[in-house]
Amino acid sequence: MKLTVQDLNSHYGPAHILFDIGFEVGEGEVVALLGRNGAGKSTTFRSIVGLVAQRTGRIMFEGKDVSAKPTHEIVREGLGYVPEERRIFTDLTVEENLEVGRQPKRANAPHWNREKLFTLFPNLGEMKNRPGGRMSGGEQQMLTIARTLMGNPSLVLLDEPSEGLSPKIVEQMVDAILTMKKEGVSIVVSEQNLHFARLISDRAYIIERGRICFGGTMAELDARPDIRDAHLSL
Amino acid sequence: MAFYVVQFLTGLASAASLFLVASGLSIIFGVTRIVNFAHGAFYMIGAYIAFTLTERFSGAFGFWGGVVAAALAVALIGVLVEIVLLRRIYHAPELFQLLGTFGLTLMVEDLVVLIWGPDDLVGRRAPGFKGAVDFFGQNIPSYDLFLIALGPVVLGVLWLLFQRTRWGVLVRAATQDRDMVAALGVNQKWLFTSVFAVGVFLAALGGALQIPRDAVHHAMDLRIIVEVFVVVVIGGLGSIVGAFVAAVLVSELNAFGILIFPKISIILVFLVMAVVLIVRPWGLFGKPEAAARKTPGLSVNPWRPLTLNERLASLAALIIAAMLPLFAGNYALTVGSEIAIFVIFAVSLHFLMSVGGLASFGHAAYFGLGAYGVAFLAKMAGLPMIVCLLLGPLLGCMGAAVFGFFAVQLSGVYFAMLTLAFAQIVWSIAFQWVSVTGGDNGILGVWPEKWAASPSHFYWLALGVAALVTIALRVMVFSPFGYALRATRDSLLRSEAVGINAKRIQWTAFVIAGTTAGIGGALFAYLKGSVFPDNLGISLSVDALVMVLLGGVETVSGGVIGAIVYKALNIWLVSQTDLSKLVLGGFIVLIVVVFPKGIVGMLEILAQRRRKSSPPGSSLLAKPVESAE
Repeated sequence: MKLTVQDLNSHYGPAHILFDIGFEVGEGEVVALLGRNGAGKSTTFRSIVGLVAQRTGRIMFEGKDVSAKPTHEIVREGLGYVPEERRIFTDLTVEENLEVGRQPKRANAPHWNREKLFTLFPNLGEMKNRPGGRMSGGEQQMLTIARTLMGNPSLVLLDEPSEGLSPKIVEQMVDAILTMKKEGVSIVVSEQNLHFARLISDRAYIIERGRICFGGTMAELDARPDIRDAHLSL
Repeated sequence: MAFYVVQFLTGLASAASLFLVASGLSIIFGVTRIVNFAHGAFYMIGAYIAFTLTERFSGAFGFWGGVVAAALAVALIGVLVEIVLLRRIYHAPELFQLLGTFGLTLMVEDLVVLIWGPDDLVGRRAPGFKGAVDFFGQNIPSYDLFLIALGPVVLGVLWLLFQRTRWGVLVRAATQDRDMVAALGVNQKWLFTSVFAVGVFLAALGGALQIPRDAVHHAMDLRIIVEVFVVVVIGGLGSIVGAFVAAVLVSELNAFGILIFPKISIILVFLVMAVVLIVRPWGLFGKPEAAARKTPGLSVNPWRPLTLNERLASLAALIIAAMLPLFAGNYALTVGSEIAIFVIFAVSLHFLMSVGGLASFGHAAYFGLGAYGVAFLAKMAGLPMIVCLLLGPLLGCMGAAVFGFFAVQLSGVYFAMLTLAFAQIVWSIAFQWVSVTGGDNGILGVWPEKWAASPSHFYWLALGVAALVTIALRVMVFSPFGYALRATRDSLLRSEAVGINAKRIQWTAFVIAGTTAGIGGALFAYLKGSVFPDNLGISLSVDALVMVLLGGVETVSGGVIGAIVYKALNIWLVSQTDLSKLVLGGFIVLIVVVFPKGIVGMLEILAQRRRKSSPPGSSLLAKPVESAE
């Protein structure tokens, strides 16, 4: 298994957010984490990369337990994280944003550089020196993904990549994610949008109120309209 | 004309060192969000070490090598400080870091005297720049010309460092979003350490380069830190170009102010700062502060009324305190009075900080105004003591009303800096308006009347007022006004959305705190029998901050306990050792590292642990905070 999460529990102060979250991602797989707003998708991702201080449980990445490591070390193992709300550095140019994400090559992961990323996201190549704060939402979303890829991750946590984007940009996003998959990057993508998830994912988990309540292939999910209707707003 | 040009060039030369120190402070603040009070101390150590090295090694190489080596050595000390001290307190409340670095400053002040002695040291002049250049009959030291050229060179080097290197890109990214930088695989710890080292290097270089111009002495840290605060605030925190422009501006104001307005030269700079902050609250080149990414409300202990037992305990403590005259001598009673007065001072600031969320760096202004108010009324109008005590604090009230109106327009660090500037203006007026205030000589002979003259009577008076003031402020916390004030502290936007006039509420709180401080000052004038500009100086403002932070901002009784512990320790140390600042500073640093929630906060945590192990159900237990987002 590429990534195994077991018994993950997280708290924000006195509030218990995640309850015994567990899921697996295989080598080269794209797995969707589906759930409504506030279900715990982002907290799950933040907990995996160590951005939530109060968490317990086991996170095995490529056979190693990374749950006790600080954020930057987890990321350097090759576990990339693309946050929700596109936290690009608005004062830095596109190229500088990419520079922040740059990490050395990794033997078991595809290598990305500026040129390759500008082919994947042609829009970015046309605005290399533009400050991040002066880009559209779609361009910022592409930059966040490109920035994480500069770290040559073997697995990427993608937090709601389609949120707030126009249908045309969403199409580009689907292409980009499929290219990443083809290159051999494993992906966990959190989504509210089942149609988007279906286009890219092999398997899906559904999260509701901080608990995983379904796990299976996309076909298995389609066979259970009751679950789909109960936990996802369509 | 030539004279003015020379004056202008002298100003530019002074700007060089100021810029070096200010840019260092600005860089450190940008990334770590720490307002490094010890920056002046690093500047001073840089000068001292450079003095030793340049005396020891002769020739041009000895001088220039000594200057650079001194800056590098201090940078190394900075790295140690960052690793040992600051790393432990990055997550502590913002102002605690200021307290920690202040403790460090105190220690350094004694250490340099211990190592280099108390006398001013005059360093040797820079080889190659010993002479002067003639300019239409006026002399310009050639070293000044060197410094004038150095400023832009350093600015250019820093610009390249931040724009053209990976390190610079990472630092700029971290300035904006630290967590995201970590989430991209960058080790923040070492990034912070390196930033701190660069900042300290710049400060020490600034100090080392001063030795051909000025004597090295053990008070140069406080003098520069105030100017540097002014520079970074005018220029905009985090902006290096801003620091450069502001350094030039401030230095020129100093150079020409003394010619044009010899009477108010000191306040000119602070007036400009106040104007800049009011017009552009984030400085000339700064950016409006982004809202901090933090979960609100989780770390703050809410105020709660005292339980019956706690009330009885407080009453018992007060009664025991009131019995002091039965067994203590006159000296102890005088000390007791002073402590009681400082309790008043500290609770007034504590009220503003913990209930209002407004950390004033110039609270002594209102304390001192109260003292001067009493002195004016007693000496000039000859009014009886009771009347003076009642009316004197009104001067503090008026000062707080005027300055508070402007100050509450700002928030956070900028609020702190503006209050500092106002306090410095008041200090300058007291210092320079000799005909009214007596200037440095102060106003003497403000003695209490017979009924309060004996140490025990005065002690009871001070103790009684302190108790009344503390109770009054507590009652106010639980009044509708107190709730509104806390609402503005927790969320300005939300409180305005429910119809609270936030600025008005904060202004009122500022005036209340200022008046209360004035009451303390009024008593202080009678205790000492005199009033001096120091009664509203920066070091007294810092004392108040230390007392509050030491006790614990987020606690209910922090102000009272902090004042008692700090003042008693201070007085005791001064009587016991010549190195009181070293011991006190060490104590503060220790508290910051070991008990980052202050003394009372620490006691509360201990009490909570004990409660957890004891069976539940006791009616005395406070409910734990249930404040999920």
